[in-house]
Amino acid sequence: MITPWMNSHLLTFLVFAPFVCGAILLLFPQRQAALAKLLAVMGATAVLAVAAIKLFRLPAGENGVLYLERAYWFTAVGVPVEYHLALDGLNFWLVILTVFLVPLTMLGTWNSLSNRAGTAFALFLMLETGMLGALVAQDLLLFYLFWEAMLLPMYFLIGVWGGSERKYAATKFMLFTLAGSLLWLVALLYTAGAAGSFSPEVMAQAATRMPVKVQNLLFVAFALAFAIKVPLFPLHTWLPDAHTEAPTAGSVILAGVLLKLGSYGFLRFAIPIFPGAAAHYAGHLAALSTVAIVYGALVAMMQTDIKKLVAYSSVSHMGFVMLGIASMTVVGTQGAMLQMLNHGVSTGALFLLVGMIYDRAHTRRIADFGGVALRMPVFTTFFLIVTLSSIGLPLTNGFAGEFLILNGTWLSGFGWGRTAACFATLGVLLSAAYMLWMFKRVFWGPENPDPESGTHHLNEDLTPREIAVMLPLVALIFWMGIHPQTFLGHSEKQVARALQQAQAPEGRPAAFDSEVK
Amino acid sequence: MMHKTAWLIPVLPLLGSAFHGLLGRKAGKAAVTVVALGTVLASFALSLLAFFAAKAAPGHRLDLVYGDWMAVGALKVPFGLVFDPLSSVMALVVSGIGALIHLYSVGYMWEEEGYARYFCYLNLFVFFMLTLVLGSSLPLLFVGWEGVGLCSYLLIGYYIETDYAPAAGLKAFLFNRVGDLGMTMGMMALFGAFGTLTVSEILAKAGHLHPETTFGLLTFATLMMFLGATGKSAQIPLYLWLPDAMAGPTPVSALIHAATMVTSGIYLICRLAPVFVLTPTTLTVVAWTGAATALFAATMGLFQRDIKKVLAYSTVSQLGYMFLGLGAAGFAAGFLHVFTHAWFKALLFLGAGSVIHGLHHQQDLFRMGGLKAKMPVTFWTMVIATLCIMGFPGTSGFFSKDEILYLAFLKSPALWAVGLAGAACTAFYMWRLMGLAFWGEARDHHAYDHAHESPWTMTLPLALLAVGALAAGLLGIPKIWGGTFAIEHWLEPAVTFGQVHAGEHAEHGSHALAWGLMGVSTTVALLSGFLGWSIYRKGTASEEAFAERNPLLYKVLANKYYVDEGVEAFILAPTRWIANLAWKLFDVILIDGVGVNLPGAVTRIAGDFTARTQTGRVRNYALGMAFGTVLLLWLFLK
Repeated sequence: MITPWMNSHLLTFLVFAPFVCGAILLLFPQRQAALAKLLAVMGATAVLAVAAIKLFRLPAGENGVLYLERAYWFTAVGVPVEYHLALDGLNFWLVILTVFLVPLTMLGTWNSLSNRAGTAFALFLMLETGMLGALVAQDLLLFYLFWEAMLLPMYFLIGVWGGSERKYAATKFMLFTLAGSLLWLVALLYTAGAAGSFSPEVMAQAATRMPVKVQNLLFVAFALAFAIKVPLFPLHTWLPDAHTEAPTAGSVILAGVLLKLGSYGFLRFAIPIFPGAAAHYAGHLAALSTVAIVYGALVAMMQTDIKKLVAYSSVSHMGFVMLGIASMTVVGTQGAMLQMLNHGVSTGALFLLVGMIYDRAHTRRIADFGGVALRMPVFTTFFLIVTLSSIGLPLTNGFAGEFLILNGTWLSGFGWGRTAACFATLGVLLSAAYMLWMFKRVFWGPENPDPESGTHHLNEDLTPREIAVMLPLVALIFWMGIHPQTFLGHSEKQVARALQQAQAPEGRPAAFDSEVK
Repeated sequence: MMHKTAWLIPVLPLLGSAFHGLLGRKAGKAAVTVVALGTVLASFALSLLAFFAAKAAPGHRLDLVYGDWMAVGALKVPFGLVFDPLSSVMALVVSGIGALIHLYSVGYMWEEEGYARYFCYLNLFVFFMLTLVLGSSLPLLFVGWEGVGLCSYLLIGYYIETDYAPAAGLKAFLFNRVGDLGMTMGMMALFGAFGTLTVSEILAKAGHLHPETTFGLLTFATLMMFLGATGKSAQIPLYLWLPDAMAGPTPVSALIHAATMVTSGIYLICRLAPVFVLTPTTLTVVAWTGAATALFAATMGLFQRDIKKVLAYSTVSQLGYMFLGLGAAGFAAGFLHVFTHAWFKALLFLGAGSVIHGLHHQQDLFRMGGLKAKMPVTFWTMVIATLCIMGFPGTSGFFSKDEILYLAFLKSPALWAVGLAGAACTAFYMWRLMGLAFWGEARDHHAYDHAHESPWTMTLPLALLAVGALAAGLLGIPKIWGGTFAIEHWLEPAVTFGQVHAGEHAEHGSHALAWGLMGVSTTVALLSGFLGWSIYRKGTASEEAFAERNPLLYKVLANKYYVDEGVEAFILAPTRWIANLAWKLFDVILIDGVGVNLPGAVTRIAGDFTARTQTGRVRNYALGMAFGTVLLLWLFLK
């Protein structure tokens, strides 16, 4: 009975199943935390299973759309709002990544939350609804609602289950994001009012009739909200605090999926609706991205806390994503698509690993460690592989993304693409510097002589549960590095079409690499 | 036919590596030994088959494609292997010398607890090195390029429980990454210029470049590629990591840091020779960098006390000669030196390893002495290698080095003079090493009494390498010696072309010139070698006396010109300073302080202030209302 309904409302099911599951779990008494956790993992796994069974079988339809749900919902300020969900090349793998990471993260942090763990897991499920909804929503108002809905669970996860500075971090996270999205809401309503629709295609047509200055202004408002989420330099300072204070699971999801919503917003909405303005500001975006790459890496190098180091590395890696998008070439944008997934897998894995060592040693200071490899060889091997992926070693996922982005940037047409590409390679060097320097200080060398140091609390290597969590991530790291085409095939045509529509002001095609013979 | 098996050439060692990593500890040392040696030997056998298959194939090359790695827009990178004269010889060197060094390692590393970990890395290295050599496109070559860097990093840091080894590994990786940036930029530029990264397509297009094509872009591309080469092949300015890399086990130094990995920079340039020929500026830079490195590194090797450090500087110096050859457009000569050097330098390192092993980890030359009788096989094979590296007439090093010096002279006599000075140093420090280690009195009697010749697993590779070191020169017997300079004909389809023909001596110089130059360099090398031997076979006294008489010169040389200290003071420290400044000034003060927390604080203070007016006393509110009413009345009635 339920199957036919599910087949016709597949995305609705995927989006709201976690919410329903989470809402039920909230009713559980605190004493039953273990049971609640178990049910949460089972719920998230069920969502993953449904996605894995159903989504890969979908045949590609018109314009690469794999699945569509569309219905009139209500009318706001005279503009009809649609309940419009779709799965296509742009969001397919991000959806998969989300449903994959949530149960994995729950398993990976099974014992990390000491109090009210059941509630935290319930919040996670609600967060999953927000993320999946935002990923598949096509109607901009619907997207906005999901976008804001993601905020609350994350706010509570940081503010309640976070570290010692959790209140500051949670407030900062909230205020940064809200500041961006309020301005964006105004721009959104203005554009929708002019278009008479919240559909991006209609809005794009309406945008072409607007004066260039207005288009530019609206694009900036959109870009600001998305750039804060990414986060793009200099709007990034909420991220290190949020990451450092958030519980491990929060950091994993934040890095793994939440940040991607920012760059995804550029690809899905900001650039297609305002292609001219996007081409106009591509150079500026690329400049900020390049600065983010180098700056994030430099600051990461000086961190004394492993988690904060990984947090700043996110600024640098997301800079690569934005650089690829700003290049407005097929090669660069596809690289950015891949890099989004890469960063989700690698940085997610890094945060999980940092969580594992923190659970044992109750410290994350680099100086508290030394010689960890001698005590935890299995953990060290996993950490090394993920580190290599993070620094973009070829045949791991990191390389394919960065390489495409750099080549795409070199081809881009905003005048100084070559310079940007060359500067961005510095990020590749610095990533090796901060990651391997940290690796050397934590894992190699003689054991830390201080008997109170973190190293001396590491009496147990990874448990089978932890190994089971890491194995799929490592498998993905190699798969994405050796056969990136699996993850690129869906999106290429869609990316190419979106870029071809983007006409730069002087009439040259914005998909610059179409010029390469 | 080769299509079905050729992919196994790199993949077999990879499987071996996976075996050691996943099961090695449980399977035991015997199983690890069998798998490690077996996979590399199988690779060697298959390489041999591929070598002959390529020789028989039209155009002397086999192009094998195994699907796509990346295919995005205009960027297409297939998983392709190429066997042409250049790559198939190199594959034989890598798997052949690799197999010998695997065998040697069995004896050298047998006592180590991390035996399986060692072979996991070593097999992985062979996989990446073969990928580097055989890859059909630059990104695939880059896979090997970064991969061998990774293995080098892991093997240098093999003794993880020490302070120095992890630091040396990190240094090696970072210096190599600087070079890799160059390579990445070079690839971007070549992709921008040619729209492809497949080597054969680039070379085909390079032959038909329109005059209006921006040769500036090509010069940028080749310069950046050369920057990459200076990283991997330890040239100025990125040579600093190689001497430190001696922290790794000695067989690693032989395989990675002498015979194979460090020559990949030369290999890269040979691969792209037709592009480099189009950019004479780059070639001149290559030649001068090579010559300068050859001399500079040789002088640093003069007074090193660590036997492996002497050989390390010697390697840097010899790599310099190879680049000097390439810069003089003598690609075949440069590659010949790669080939001969692989044999005799691997032999020198393994010989040194045998000495170190025999003396129970003594590496200080000043604590050795008199080992001639105790370690005869090691001694005689090292004598052969030393004769080769100093360029004794008839040995392999003689043919390759002389060819390079000759071409350097044709390009510029100044280059030749620098190279000659380097050759004089080479002969001196090598015979200093030999004199200190094998002649004279034992200076550490305890170590000497326990000294012993190494087991057959170690001496057999020494003997085989010695034969190879002597025979390798046969490929490069020049025309004036009645030979054919066979290597050039062999490489012709792969690296020689069009306008520059390095081997056409008769057109450029005369026989008399060739004989003359040969005579000068041989005489210089013999005299200088004899000098080194005659001083140091008597012991260390005269060096101590020299150090006392010239304290400044001796200190500067022994401390490697203080370049490491300079890099720390002028590059690393400022980088950390800037990074700290960026963090503290920008993130903490400007963005968070002024941008975020200050408005927050202002709002809070303003809130506190206005909140204070809410006193809850009626008379205050009444007063406020009265003031307000008066104010409003005044505003309206004004």
